[in-house]
Amino acid sequence: MLRYVLRRFLTAIPTLFVIVTIAFFLMRVAPGGPFNQEKGLNPVIKANLERIFHLDEPLWRQYVHYLQNLLRGDFGPSYNLPDFTVAELFKSGLPVSLQLGAMALTLALVIGSALGIWAALRQNRLTDYAVVAVATVGSTIPTFVIAPLFQLFFALTLHWFPVGGWGGGAFINKVGPVLTLTLPQLAIVARLMRGSMIESLHAHHIRTARALGLSDYSVVIRHALRGALLPIVSYAGPAAAALLTGSVIVETIFSIPGVGRYFVEAALNRDYTLVMGTVVLIAIFTVLFNLIVDILYAVIDPRVRYD
Amino acid sequence: MTDVPVITAPAEKGRSLWADAWGRLKANRAALWSAYYLVFMALLCVFGPWFTPHQFTTIYQDYNRVPPSLSAYPRPDMIDLAVKDAVQRARVQLAGWEEKDGKIFITITSAKPIDERMTRYIDRSSVFEETQVAEKSSDGLKLVMSTSVERQYFFFGTDNSGRDMLTRTLMAGRVSLAIGLLAGLVAVVIGVLYGASAGFIGGKTDEIMMRIVDVLYALPFIFFVIMLVVFFGRNFVLMFLAVGAVLWLDMARIVRGQALSIKRQEYVQAAEALGVNRWGILLRHIVPNLLGPVVIYMTLLVPQVIILESFLSYLGLGVQEPMSSWGVMISQGAKNMPFANWLIIIPSFFLTTTLFALNFIGDGLRDALDPKDR
Repeated sequence: MLRYVLRRFLTAIPTLFVIVTIAFFLMRVAPGGPFNQEKGLNPVIKANLERIFHLDEPLWRQYVHYLQNLLRGDFGPSYNLPDFTVAELFKSGLPVSLQLGAMALTLALVIGSALGIWAALRQNRLTDYAVVAVATVGSTIPTFVIAPLFQLFFALTLHWFPVGGWGGGAFINKVGPVLTLTLPQLAIVARLMRGSMIESLHAHHIRTARALGLSDYSVVIRHALRGALLPIVSYAGPAAAALLTGSVIVETIFSIPGVGRYFVEAALNRDYTLVMGTVVLIAIFTVLFNLIVDILYAVIDPRVRYD
Repeated sequence: MTDVPVITAPAEKGRSLWADAWGRLKANRAALWSAYYLVFMALLCVFGPWFTPHQFTTIYQDYNRVPPSLSAYPRPDMIDLAVKDAVQRARVQLAGWEEKDGKIFITITSAKPIDERMTRYIDRSSVFEETQVAEKSSDGLKLVMSTSVERQYFFFGTDNSGRDMLTRTLMAGRVSLAIGLLAGLVAVVIGVLYGASAGFIGGKTDEIMMRIVDVLYALPFIFFVIMLVVFFGRNFVLMFLAVGAVLWLDMARIVRGQALSIKRQEYVQAAEALGVNRWGILLRHIVPNLLGPVVIYMTLLVPQVIILESFLSYLGLGVQEPMSSWGVMISQGAKNMPFANWLIIIPSFFLTTTLFALNFIGDGLRDALDPKDR
């Protein structure tokens, strides 16, 4: 087991390396640079800035330089937010994004699975149709529609929640963003769970378990659920990585100081280090959660072996 | 499901996969109504803007953010405001106005003799038209102008700059639907070609091609899109290509998997044994069997593209003014939400119902074409 985990970690390194390389060069061949502002900087100042940040060196040397720093855990300074290093931005933003993402993920998995199981047990009855309808609605409406409509109805009209802001992490400020993040994920989890549970309930070992006179609870939760969990787990991995690293839309609409909103802005401003930092962050989360998924797979399904 | 075949029965005409699927699709009411709705929406967006009373770029200064209404504008209180506004712009004093026989009579006074061309100031307002001098006092210090009110209908209200929302929503629909279809097509073409090649050639080539897909998958999707937008500029047509070029990955995986499994089917082996050449097998056996998943995936891809385009437009990277898409309208609506909720509700409604319809059709097609279901 430990060897397996270790080996998976080692195979993740080339993947990360390729991602970093592609992102680095893709970013650099894009026209423009961090100091090409609309107003035009004094050429001398611009040259000085570029020298300080080693942007005047040949590209390959910048690349080697970046990799060396990265290995030491140094993400470099942000070009467009000059008072901060990328690490500092992450340090302040990541806990916020992690909190919201973790809450949304938990809610989506717990409620989504419960709804899915419930629907599967009452297949083709009213409950089932209701759950499928909710799931369809939730997975169809895009976040950038849900979020403003939430603000319109619950904040501006009913005044139940603040329109936006972090409020130092007050619970009431988190309701909107967490719900907006949760709804689409919850809908997909419910749909997946319903499908795989229906399949699982038709399996032979479930019929045997029923024939042996096991209670409904035992049949569903101990036997059927185990088989039905696999698709949920493989979906939850990438979803977790995406949720925990913050959402551009949700963080922008609700003015949440997380890390999700940096990405788009940084890419547009050619804030190379911040973009690269975010790419690395997302890649690490993705690789990490894929690893967790694989381990969970083996735990749930004993037929899967670590080899 | 079907009756047990009786050997003596007259030979029934065989039904093709597609006829079979069509029959099942027709039985699926949600999918059928969605298809009707989508056709209706497409026709509405394509032809609608020619029949609405306004151009999508025309700005009606006096009608900023007027709410949707079935009755004509201006409202009575707006006439008063418009009169005062126009007269103030003309830098003369308003002595009063009254409505008589469907015409508005405006009386103005000034310390200096009034120029008769003063009527232009009144005409310039989007509320009045055909302003004429009705009466002029002998000293020229007092003027009565008659003008008629220009009736305008804004069924969906107007936006921030006073443009008709109905026309704009339909124009935006054109853009969103067109991008959805075009980019979807681009993604399908790239994905099918790539996936099918990988699946057919197999071996090392397949391995390498799929690793490339894996790496592209691991790159943050948004990053990729933004980079493409940066390269191509904010060009309308290139946007399609950029969006399509990003979304082919799933398609490639699905097609490759299908191609791999079809390649090992007995009917393909049989064809090989009969000496059918490679192209024959490809065209007669593989492509028709690939078509099902491709069609299903494409219908599910179109809403994805529309969402992605809207998302990009929401970030300001997509379609640029004065053109519009539903995403652009939603983002503008979100900014004006506190004062004018129809600006967000109307485009949101159009976008979401279209996405629903597309999803129902996709689900319906999947049920109709999935051989496992039979």
